[in-house]
Amino acid sequence: MGLQEIQKKIKDAFEVFDHESNDTVDVREIGTIIRSLGCCPSEGELHDLIAEVEEEEPTGYIRLEKFLPMMVKVLLERRYRPIPEDLLLQAFEVLDAAKEGFLTKEELMKYMTEEGEPFTQEEMEEMLSAALDPETNTIQYRDYLAMMVIDEN
Amino acid sequence: MGCNSSIQYEDRKSEKGMKAAVLIQNWYRCYKARLELRRLQAMNIFESIEYADEQDQLQLANFFSFMLENYTPNNKETSESLSQLFINTRKRKLDPETFIRNINVPDTYYGPRLKFPLTFSDVILLIDAFKENQILHARYVLQLLQEVKKVLQQLPNIVPVSSTVSKELTVCGDIHGKLDDLFLIFYKNGLPSGNNRYIFNGDFVDRGQNSMEVLMVLFSFLLVYPNDVYLNRGNHEDYLMNMRYGFTKEIMQKYKEHGGKILRSLEDVYTWLPIGTIIDEKILVIHGGISENTDLNILKQIKRNKMKSVLMPPITCSRIDLKHGHHDLPLSSISAIDQLSKIEWDQMVNILWSDPRSKKGCHPNTSRGGGCYFGPDVTNNILTKFALKMIIRSHECKPEGYDVCHDGKIVTVFSASNYYEEGSNRGAYIKLSQDNIPRFFQYQSNHLTQGKTLHERVDIVESAAFKILGERMISQKSSLIKAFQKYDPNNTGKISVSDWAKAAEEVLELSLPWLSLCPRLVKVIENGYVLYKMGFKDMPIVKAPQVAKSGMVETLVRYRSDLKIIFNIIDKDQSGLISMEEFRAMWKLFSSHYNIDIEDAYVDQLANSMDLNKDGSIDFNEFLTAFDVVHRLDRNSIKSQN
Repeated sequence: MGLQEIQKKIKDAFEVFDHESNDTVDVREIGTIIRSLGCCPSEGELHDLIAEVEEEEPTGYIRLEKFLPMMVKVLLERRYRPIPEDLLLQAFEVLDAAKEGFLTKEELMKYMTEEGEPFTQEEMEEMLSAALDPETNTIQYRDYLAMMVIDEN
Repeated sequence: MGCNSSIQYEDRKSEKGMKAAVLIQNWYRCYKARLELRRLQAMNIFESIEYADEQDQLQLANFFSFMLENYTPNNKETSESLSQLFINTRKRKLDPETFIRNINVPDTYYGPRLKFPLTFSDVILLIDAFKENQILHARYVLQLLQEVKKVLQQLPNIVPVSSTVSKELTVCGDIHGKLDDLFLIFYKNGLPSGNNRYIFNGDFVDRGQNSMEVLMVLFSFLLVYPNDVYLNRGNHEDYLMNMRYGFTKEIMQKYKEHGGKILRSLEDVYTWLPIGTIIDEKILVIHGGISENTDLNILKQIKRNKMKSVLMPPITCSRIDLKHGHHDLPLSSISAIDQLSKIEWDQMVNILWSDPRSKKGCHPNTSRGGGCYFGPDVTNNILTKFALKMIIRSHECKPEGYDVCHDGKIVTVFSASNYYEEGSNRGAYIKLSQDNIPRFFQYQSNHLTQGKTLHERVDIVESAAFKILGERMISQKSSLIKAFQKYDPNNTGKISVSDWAKAAEEVLELSLPWLSLCPRLVKVIENGYVLYKMGFKDMPIVKAPQVAKSGMVETLVRYRSDLKIIFNIIDKDQSGLISMEEFRAMWKLFSSHYNIDIEDAYVDQLANSMDLNKDGSIDFNEFLTAFDVVHRLDRNSIKSQN
């Protein structure tokens, strides 16, 4: 993709969240914007990116002027690449201590809301709504991942 | 040593677990972000197209003026019917009260039988009936409308409200026929009563399936609690808007025999709705917004019932007299008495149609084609000038159901959840406490999206958005192809994605992220090129009659809503038929005004094919339905623009 096209793509995503049409977005939406552009920074990495583009005296808003060059670099350098499917599967397998091929609802909830970069209540509920098999009350993670891959394409 | 290594092992294990958790959380958040972007983009599409539609609607107003100046029909009757649109001197054979009383309600009718004056229990009966999907008999509808008109006529243009400690005051925004949302508000916030006052800020009807029921409920509460329920006029409380946006259709479907009378009664009742409310002389509640010229003193004085429809702007007599000097047209009898002055007209249109924006100043509202965009400086000036603290308005759909801008001085409240599609947005209402600080309450009537995952919900919103975008595109197909070809001088059949995006924006005049939309709408081949002649993905089809040429088909698809309105107006006895001559004369005007380049012979051919009875009249509803757009994925339905 040429530079111009990358810039347009970033601007388009930014615009969606620019509710005032004044080339600024609420800092709380930056994570969503960056992720929607195909990058997968962790919360910690996101924090650092925001620090790069924030004003000297943080206003709660991020300007396109500052965001654009940073984001172009991120995309050109192919940083924060999305996680490949097999790695994801391995991650689930790590959590599956009993190696049974599934996680119980409690197990998943514990990890997601207590470990790593914890989910909010809302995020947890949303994930469960698609991932939980209501009959067994478990997360059949292989099936779940397979479904997600199809959904995304 | 043994202990140490087992601790180390535990540490490594929990570290692995933590890393795995982070990975999964990270992945999930990225997935969610992509869905959120798609959802917001879909909303953007809906909004752009909705406003573009409104713009078309307002352009129709220009056409009517043009029509009046240039329409030279051969018979006096037709010219009279045209002028009657503007004078509204329909003569009734019976006086309305007698007429209504003579409408018979059959014994087989099990719905509510209202007695006037209405009581609270009548309203409860009505609500229960509507929950059972019953339809209120036309006789009661007409009686109710009659009574409501009497109440409304007593009210000033801007109704003053004083907040008191003992009484709660709630402000609701656009409802647009969503009875579920109205009931949800009543459930959460209580029914209107002496102690529980409500202001409904316009746009009660159109788009939703239960505009009639919403209106009946609101009107009956108004009758029972005239001092505690306030209804402001919105831009959809307009009989011509209703023709395009669905309420007229709903009425004709639910009330086959008396639908026409109900429509005429509504036409009138709408004009008596107050323009706004003012709370404690500090908070102005109006449907749309303001302009730099907004003057409450003018607004308080005008005869608000003279504004029949935003599509009927005031016409000046002298211009017409000159043109038709030798005709004995009753148009010359249109005097200043029956119309608003241009200044008064503009004041009202701005109140009903304007939108706040962050850009300073006052600019024409190009998305909607009427009213203006007003900046924070305009807000400050008007608030200062009239000693106001805040303006509460509606008119724009907001994802959270409400929005605050201009430094807290402009508050938007929108009460129709899932407005564009299931899952598109929340609805909200405002409660004002004694200190007049607004508190916001949100909800989403999720009766159909319950049990659907986030992904499914976004899919629903998105596919609906793409459907209507597709409709727009096929109605401009030839202009689009021409524009694409400009970027393909060697006629290779392909252009780059960015050229495609430029052309699409130019032709469709919708400012959308065309670059990202491109792969969803057309087939993109390697190297980022588009085979533009191959047509659009999941392209909707039009089952037009064989005799119609493709250019004509496109035009009729694009303008069918406008034509429907025009035909309805010409058809004064609402028989559904217009004469061939009327059709031809009107088409000539329409095509010259809108610069449509289609040979008269084709139009004739088409009209003749539509004259099924060979009696010289055209059933225009049938005619227009032929140009409705069908989506391949809709199996049995014909999706019309309503």
